[in-house]
Amino acid sequence: MTPLDVLLWVAFPYAAFAVFVVGHIWRYRYDKFGWTTRSSQTYENRLLRWGSPMFHLGILFVIAGHVVGLLIPAEWLEAIGIDEHAYHIGATVLGTAAALLTIAGLVILIYRRRSIGPVFLATTRMDKTMYVFLGATILFGTLATVMYQVLGPGYEYRGTVSPWIRSLILLNPQPELMMNVPLAFQLHVLCATALFALWPFTRLVHVFSAPVGYFFRPYIVYRSRDAGRTNRPTRRGWEPVATPQDAKKAAKR
Amino acid sequence: MKVMAQMSMVMNLDKCIGCHTCSVTCKQAWTNRTGVEYVWFNNVETRPGIGYPRGYEDQEKWKGGWERTKRGRLKLKGGGRFSKIAHIFSNPKLPEIQDYYEPWTYEYDMLLNAPASADTPVAKPKSLLTGEDMSISWSANWDDNLGGSQETAADDPILQHMSEHVAMEFEQTFMFYLPRICEHCLNPSCVASCPSGAMYKRVEDGIVLVDQDSCRGWRMCVSGCPYKKVYFNHKTGKAEKCTLCYPRLEVGLPTVCSETCVGRLRYLGLVLYDADRVAAAASVENEHDLLEAQRDVFLDPHDPEVLAAARAEGIPEDWIDAAQRSPIWKLIQQYRVALPLHPEYRTMPMVWYIPPLSPVVDVVADSGADGEDVRNLFAAIDKLRIPMDYLAGLFTAGDVDPVARALKRLAAMRSYMRDVNLSDERNEHIATAVEMTGAEIEEMYRLLAIAKYEDRYVIPTAHVEQAAELEEIACSLDYDGGPGMGGAGPFGSSSGQPVPVAVENFHVLKNRQTADRPSTPGRVNLLNWDGNGTPPDGLFPPKSSGGSE
Repeated sequence: MTPLDVLLWVAFPYAAFAVFVVGHIWRYRYDKFGWTTRSSQTYENRLLRWGSPMFHLGILFVIAGHVVGLLIPAEWLEAIGIDEHAYHIGATVLGTAAALLTIAGLVILIYRRRSIGPVFLATTRMDKTMYVFLGATILFGTLATVMYQVLGPGYEYRGTVSPWIRSLILLNPQPELMMNVPLAFQLHVLCATALFALWPFTRLVHVFSAPVGYFFRPYIVYRSRDAGRTNRPTRRGWEPVATPQDAKKAAKR
Repeated sequence: MKVMAQMSMVMNLDKCIGCHTCSVTCKQAWTNRTGVEYVWFNNVETRPGIGYPRGYEDQEKWKGGWERTKRGRLKLKGGGRFSKIAHIFSNPKLPEIQDYYEPWTYEYDMLLNAPASADTPVAKPKSLLTGEDMSISWSANWDDNLGGSQETAADDPILQHMSEHVAMEFEQTFMFYLPRICEHCLNPSCVASCPSGAMYKRVEDGIVLVDQDSCRGWRMCVSGCPYKKVYFNHKTGKAEKCTLCYPRLEVGLPTVCSETCVGRLRYLGLVLYDADRVAAAASVENEHDLLEAQRDVFLDPHDPEVLAAARAEGIPEDWIDAAQRSPIWKLIQQYRVALPLHPEYRTMPMVWYIPPLSPVVDVVADSGADGEDVRNLFAAIDKLRIPMDYLAGLFTAGDVDPVARALKRLAAMRSYMRDVNLSDERNEHIATAVEMTGAEIEEMYRLLAIAKYEDRYVIPTAHVEQAAELEEIACSLDYDGGPGMGGAGPFGSSSGQPVPVAVENFHVLKNRQTADRPSTPGRVNLLNWDGNGTPPDGLFPPKSSGGSE
């Protein structure tokens, strides 16, 4: 095991994770106003109407597949009757379908972004960087699946990549697991890790804005003028004078 | 009973001359920024016409507002929570920029810097979205004064409910202006459509606002609003809308559109209403009953029971006093001449309109009869079916009676006051014909025709004990990051923490004064020099070196 292996399979993932977490906290505190999907639908809708749902639904399936494949140990699935063969067939078929959907969507979206004037002008440098890493991650992932799972004999990543990820989560890193993994898988993992490090500084933050609260709140929202009147916290010594009316309101609450 | 106060507006359409001053001053105050070039929080439409954005009133197409289910409940016409989330990756009912218009500027530099040639230089229109040359084919008031309406007016959603034959005839006889701002509805469907919960109705004065820090740019509010008065800022990726100029209202000033209105046709004031009864009122079965249902939700600010409940809710005394003097209450409930815009959207809009009588007067006068005579006017109101139907399509979900009643009151006021002015004769029978008294008519005349500033705008200020919370009352340089910040943030324009307005202005001014390249090369803008320091280059001729002065 070379120092490079430790760097790639221990230091880099942990560093990326730290940047991911701290970056999001920092971005949320510093840049609530910039936290948006940055939609370009008003410029163009004909391509977006197809590309966006295809890409997003595809990538959601892909993420679900990764959770099952990486985080759930093979023995657990076997315990509920899903053996290696069944898993392999399921993962390959569903995974390929989701990948096709995602890639088709992404191709439409990138074509749209490049060819529609206003959309291209609204693309920031960070967007372009993000597209490179996102595209590379998806590309290497698909390449690995096609090369080894669809055309090849099938690579059992649940014996290497998956335990490696779990070893990172359990704070007992085992970089040796990744040393003999095929290059396509390795590149896929590295690109994804870099993408996680970039995440908080790109438009990808909108993933964490999934409006779950919408299901649980009343339709009409009321807010008081007092609440959230400024972005600044009230400083010591500047608290507003409590009037009898405020006291009454406070007592009611 | 839950008493709430709502700041609302009434516009007297008789007085609107379609000068667009309200639109222009509003734009200067609120939307003269990139990302909202195409946005007019206030716009003035010529009616009949298709409006801005094009055909926004066609809710079969845009699916804005609420609808009543068979079981008598309200549901968002564009689909409820589950449908919204299911469509979150691509909003199916979002107007595209072309439905508003593609914003543009002109290549003004060409006028100043074009090389000498035989032809006069022209400033070509350039798209503000692509920077390319464009041909201008539509804008926010393209059909102003019925310009080009023979081609477009047939698409007016209200006219489409009438026959085509009627449309043509109508165009020749009847035209008026309709200024529009956000309705600040009691039952706002934009707020209900927002997945992030970023839109809200202010408890104190009912103003509907977008929290710019919580908005995530899902754009469902734009689709949800049937009036299409929430806009998407395509640069910041956030929704923006008319704020009813709340920073002005809070200190007792009228909105910019009201303050600058040349015709002095806008009225601002409070209405007290019962928040508990809004949902029931918005879901009455017959669309024609919606107007009356909404009027029933309003509470009489002189009723002791209402006053007690208002005080219990913590509504300050000066606000109660303002509600009692409110011109809105008088125009809606006492004189009953104001009507809501499209009550059939079931959002309970709170910007109401006094329908225009002058076109009716014109028709009577054109026919050679006395256009000020009450009998002629009443007969015309009863007979002019087409304009009545059109106004009813706008203001009463198609019910002609309330429109006719409002117009007859205006007609009665006209005749009654003419008699007073010409012969000092108070013809009480004119007032009785519209179920009013002469004294009431004179009061209404004072409010509508004299329209003193202090009668039009009755605006209680926000409470001084909250002054420490007002945005910029402390030293405005004293904020996180401090002075010396400025410019675009790292994640595209306007990212990072909001900069206080005073600091932003300071940086803009500084940039302009110290920019390497003036906006018009070769020229000096004297406005950029504040008189301090060295005068800008080019202001004075260069000192002649070694001259003989």
